[in-house]
Amino acid sequence: MLYTGAEIVIKVLRKLDVEYIFGYPGGAILPIYDEIFKQNKIRHILVRHEQGAVHMAEGYARSTGKVGVVLVTSGPGATNAVTGLTDALMDSIPILCLTGQVPTHLIGTDAFQEADTVGITRSCTKHNYLVKDINLIQESILEGYQIASSGRPGPVVIDLPKDIQNSKTKYKENIKLRSKFKIKEKKTYAKNYNIQINKAIDLIKISKKPIVYIGGGLINSGNKASTELQKFSKLTNFPITSTLMGLGAFPASNIIFLGMLGMHGTYEANMSMHDCDLMINLGARFDDRITGRLDGFSPNSKKIHIDIDPSSINKNVEVDLPIIGDVSKILKLINKELTNGKFKKLSFTSDWWKKITKWKKKNCLSFINSKKIIKPQQALVTLNKKITDKDFFITTEVGQHQMWAAQYIKFEKPKRWMTSGGLGTMGYGFPAAIGVQIAHRKSLVICVAGEASFLMNLQELSTVKQYRLPVKIFILNNKYLGMVRQWQEFFHGGRYSESYTDSLPDFVKLAESYGIKGVRATKPEDLDIVINDMINYDGPVIADICVDEKENVFPMIPSGAAHNEMKLKDSDNIATSTKEGKMLV
Amino acid sequence: MSVYEKNNIDSSQVKSHALAILVENQVGALARVVSMFSARGYNIDSLTVAKVTEDENISRITIITSGTRMKIEQIKSQLGRIVLVHKVVDLTSEGDFVSRELIFVKVKSKGEKRVEALRTADIFRAKVVDSTKQSFIFELTGSSDKLNAFIVLMKDLGLVEVARTGSVAISRGSLKIN
Ligand SMILES: Cc1ncc(C[n+]2csc(CCOP(=O)(O)OP(=O)(O)O)c2C)c(N)n1
Ligand SMILES: [Mg+2]
Repeated sequence: MLYTGAEIVIKVLRKLDVEYIFGYPGGAILPIYDEIFKQNKIRHILVRHEQGAVHMAEGYARSTGKVGVVLVTSGPGATNAVTGLTDALMDSIPILCLTGQVPTHLIGTDAFQEADTVGITRSCTKHNYLVKDINLIQESILEGYQIASSGRPGPVVIDLPKDIQNSKTKYKENIKLRSKFKIKEKKTYAKNYNIQINKAIDLIKISKKPIVYIGGGLINSGNKASTELQKFSKLTNFPITSTLMGLGAFPASNIIFLGMLGMHGTYEANMSMHDCDLMINLGARFDDRITGRLDGFSPNSKKIHIDIDPSSINKNVEVDLPIIGDVSKILKLINKELTNGKFKKLSFTSDWWKKITKWKKKNCLSFINSKKIIKPQQALVTLNKKITDKDFFITTEVGQHQMWAAQYIKFEKPKRWMTSGGLGTMGYGFPAAIGVQIAHRKSLVICVAGEASFLMNLQELSTVKQYRLPVKIFILNNKYLGMVRQWQEFFHGGRYSESYTDSLPDFVKLAESYGIKGVRATKPEDLDIVINDMINYDGPVIADICVDEKENVFPMIPSGAAHNEMKLKDSDNIATSTKEGKMLV
Repeated sequence: MSVYEKNNIDSSQVKSHALAILVENQVGALARVVSMFSARGYNIDSLTVAKVTEDENISRITIITSGTRMKIEQIKSQLGRIVLVHKVVDLTSEGDFVSRELIFVKVKSKGEKRVEALRTADIFRAKVVDSTKQSFIFELTGSSDKLNAFIVLMKDLGLVEVARTGSVAISRGSLKIN
């Protein structure tokens, strides 16, 4: 029996157990939409903008560990997806994005809604395909799915010309993928890690001032990795800090957790990174938000770097012992050695822990609360208190609110926190929350948003309404592009060029116009009630939290500074950042 | 021990490296390789590409690039991430290798200069592949340095145009790279 390309697409996706497709139709993808209509196993979520579709798929993928699937049309459909694909590439999120394309005989003629999709997406995908031969459609999708989800995950685009969707071929029940793809993912790993593990153990044994620095790779490595990390921490008592991407991989409530590090990380985390004699990097990539000025970055430490991607090794920081592979497997081996070797763990009365405890006492996340005006930090502290016992997920937009959420919301489990770390995409958080909610219908899903970021993808309110998704949008409304305003205050003489958001909508009325609940808090005493209202309401809510317009995020390591040159409060005279620093972002 | 491990070689020294890259012979493979170089700001001093095996559909790309040891390692592993790349070998650090390129040099001159051009070509063992009353085209194969030297001499002898392939390179000895 022969099937059309479009039929095969759906058959393959079903074989892959795809439950949801996030998409938007158009001329060049109609044959596949026709097949979606004829079946009811795979649910299609109709988004309102293709960028939203990719972010939803990202939220779905990050909260489940599965691949997020996107379906869009040619030309503008594909180009609208580009920001989302780039976001997924930067944050290593598995996405399979199917794009329609003009028929093969029209490719290259500037046909209606033609775009060079494989050309445009080449630098924002892990891999991409233009399927010009109907006999390759099945392999391409299977292979693409495998590439997206294996090794260091990432987005894959499969461009499907309309004539290929319509022409017919056999469906192959037993298909053998070209095995080199499997080999490729594996061959970069060592056959056995004995030598490296022994070296790591030696470094661990002689270290007096160790720190463990974890990143998103630990989350991608699965729940096993978090379990191994907990074992490791019990065996060693080593302090642990996390990047923005790694939050939740280790429980925030554990006393050895020092919080987030980096530009807006805690004092104790950054000072420990600076002063340590051994740094163990687990699935993080020495990003510039983390390292600050490179020549001032942890100058006196030996560095162990465990990562699945060889290209992450020695990219920004040269390390002493790289171990390439799946972090959960390698940690397991290290734990085994530590157990067998009867490793004596670091005592809380050691000089190192005493020093860290002293840094902790700075209480760097404390802030001066107000009775008159809602402090954004207070809003999040209150939110955190009210959700800790609940089954919750947090997504964020990008800006000050994102950093405050990272600082004040405490995560105990992995895959509960989705934020755009690498690309810093305003407009990510709300659609991502929709994707999370679709995968976890019963859970409390909250998007911590800035008013400006929310405006970038607010069209998805319509999606929330249509699918009755009880997503909560918690807007810290400071009427400013707050993070931009903060930089202008510190580094550009307080000239607030174009960072005030004039003509904002009334968010409560906006919610109501979609038939969604809207609530507002303007005074500190409103916070409790409004947050309760939001959490307890069975349906989507926009909570407009009107906060202090001029609050700044602290601590802060200005660009071009080192970890021990952190500013903790406004009076710390941050404006003295170097000229070189000003050139950085 | 891993090749990524730190050693005591001066890591700030910039050196030229010949990379042999085996890629699947598919649209997009070369584009991905080249755009990786431009996106990450690495230089390509020369590039050649051709299909080398009929049966397996493999093309071989030779790229001459330069950088510190850390940068070359980074280039290698970034290349390794590209799905269509099967194998990357840094011929320069793996041991001895031979590398050659080919040029065509068109020279237009009269009288004594024309004779001198022919004589120089002879010394370099260049072949004449085309000649008219006023011009020659020389074909010359060799190391990049030798070709450069030839071009410099021809500048005074009526050099009109150069076509150049870029280097191809292969390791010495009996071992195969894949
Ligand atoms: C798409 C996009 N454009 C521009 C930026 C630069 N940017 C970073 S934060 C920010 C301001 C965000 O404002 P808002 O969402 O209100 O958050 P706040 O900082 O006020 O909490 C801007 C413009 C960005 N990150 N993403
Ligand atoms: Mg704002």
